[in-house]
Amino acid sequence: MAETAQPGPMDAHAHEGGTRRDFLSIAATAVAGVGAACAMWPLISSMNPAQDTLAAGAPVDIDISGIEPGQQIIVLWRSRPIFIVHRTPQQIDTLKADKDAGELRDPNSTAFQQPAYAKNVFRSVKPDLLVLVGICTHLGCIPEFTPQPGGALGPSWPGGYFCPCHGSRYDLSGRVFQNVPAPYNLPVPPYHFVNDKVIRIGENPPDAVFDFNSIEQI
Amino acid sequence: MAAPQSQSKVVQWIDRRLPIFTFMQHELHEYPTPKNLSYWWNFGSLAGIMLVIMILTGIFLAMEYTPNADLAFDSVQRIMRDVNYGWLIRYIHMNGASFFFIVTYIHIFRGLYYGSYKEPRELLWMIGVVILLCMMATAFMGYVLPWGQMSFWGATVITNLFSAIPLVGNDIVTWLWGGFSVANPTLNRFYALHYLLPFVILGIVGLHLVALHTHGSNNPLGIDRKGPQDSIPFHPYYTIKDMFGLGVFLIVFALIVFFAPNLLGDPANYVPANPLQTPPEIVPEWYFLPFYAMLRSVPDILFIKAKLAGVIAMFSSIFILFVLPWLDTSPVRSSRFRPIYKWVFWLLVIDVFVLGYVGAHRPEGFYIFLGRVATLYYFVHFLVLLPLIGIFERPLPLPTSISAAVTKGGGKLAGASAPMEKP
Repeated sequence: MAETAQPGPMDAHAHEGGTRRDFLSIAATAVAGVGAACAMWPLISSMNPAQDTLAAGAPVDIDISGIEPGQQIIVLWRSRPIFIVHRTPQQIDTLKADKDAGELRDPNSTAFQQPAYAKNVFRSVKPDLLVLVGICTHLGCIPEFTPQPGGALGPSWPGGYFCPCHGSRYDLSGRVFQNVPAPYNLPVPPYHFVNDKVIRIGENPPDAVFDFNSIEQI
Repeated sequence: MAAPQSQSKVVQWIDRRLPIFTFMQHELHEYPTPKNLSYWWNFGSLAGIMLVIMILTGIFLAMEYTPNADLAFDSVQRIMRDVNYGWLIRYIHMNGASFFFIVTYIHIFRGLYYGSYKEPRELLWMIGVVILLCMMATAFMGYVLPWGQMSFWGATVITNLFSAIPLVGNDIVTWLWGGFSVANPTLNRFYALHYLLPFVILGIVGLHLVALHTHGSNNPLGIDRKGPQDSIPFHPYYTIKDMFGLGVFLIVFALIVFFAPNLLGDPANYVPANPLQTPPEIVPEWYFLPFYAMLRSVPDILFIKAKLAGVIAMFSSIFILFVLPWLDTSPVRSSRFRPIYKWVFWLLVIDVFVLGYVGAHRPEGFYIFLGRVATLYYFVHFLVLLPLIGIFERPLPLPTSISAAVTKGGGKLAGASAPMEKP
């Protein structure tokens, strides 16, 4: 808003950097701007999960005693599907042999997609019980449990998960294959055994530290 | 029309294709405003800012609210307890309605005192009355949404007003409800309309501003600007004055929101709606009390039953404002130069407060009498006093110009042609 050059009393303190009025204008605008930004904070914050939503994300106890060998059940934790699989001895042997390791993107689970207590070839605490977050790391679909080797997925298919959306494949530990769109292994949630029949999903074992929110990708 | 002063190539490139900078320069910086506007002229912009605050907080509340008769009350409680800052957003929205009406009522009475509705601002005034009507509809429907006892019974009473219409009244009420009483369909449509109407208001406010900028603001003297010596540019003089007023206003607003958020509300609305039990006393929000008093005050008049007469009186009290520019026969705008109207104006203010007082009490005994007198006086003011005073009143001599009155003669040029800022 520069106007005609007319030195006046306001310019008494003028120097090359600007006038007293410039300073006051910028200072007042800055205060108003910071104030407006602060006023936006509660509005934006209100869109984050509310307290009841967070409370609904509390740990859940699941009775695993009824799951037959080879069967998968799907439960909800934080509105997300959790796969729980009771592996058969054959499936455990297949994973132990680990013949497909060369075909996997991350066979040793180096990416932070699981707690330390599940960083093994089974990606689980006990070899016979698999617990995964059932969300494809590509774009969020739910992969299908396809445990039978071979079949429509080809003679080399060892059994695992197949995502119907874009064809991503995971083995029976939720480890992603190469040359599919999904970049990471399926995440493992925090969980521990309350006793032989019940696991608690959403809570680490007493001595372990694992923050599910800091994994690479859900 | 001069191009904006900016040296920025980007600004010039945009302005040549979409002259928004020229427009802002014209409507803010060059827009000549009377140099004698008092703080009573702050309330228009305050009302505009309240509209923005209400729309903003309303959008975020709408993200959490559930417009279903079974879930609405609980969803509001969830906003208060579980949603991050939900209590703050709702208290701002809730008290914002009250403060919106406070500034709007002051804005209207300022117009009444200084004759801002007179030639050539009749349409500006009438557009303002339309905004008032839209505001009332929006506020009423918003009050229904929490689905408390007052929401439900307020909605029942107000929608039943239309049953007073002869012949088709009952059909209209059924149509409004979408059923045979206020119920879930009513709540749903009120929610849809409560979301829609503020944006309608926003559009009408645009018209209000176009009409305003055509002849510019009225002023405390009520005489026209005679030349550049009577004006100063809107920006920065009145932007800074509006900002200062806004600061004071927001302090008061914040005091209520943070320290007395339920002062202006009715505790009965924290009781879930119960279609089988009317609360002992149904009272609208304070800003509707004067109209509510008129509704209950009118007795049977000849062949018109009291029910219909009350409804007519209530709606007429606002619709009469549409013809106000022609009811007031005095050519003098400002009450400063109208020795009789000046006092009659304050009688109207008192009358409206009396009506509000009556509206807050059960229509029993003395309140019935007081309500009838105050209602009668309200219409006498507009229909009898205003036309007659204009004819018989001898106004004081008007100053020759704004400049003459403000600076006691002469006065230097201010505005675009005068030096104002640093080089």
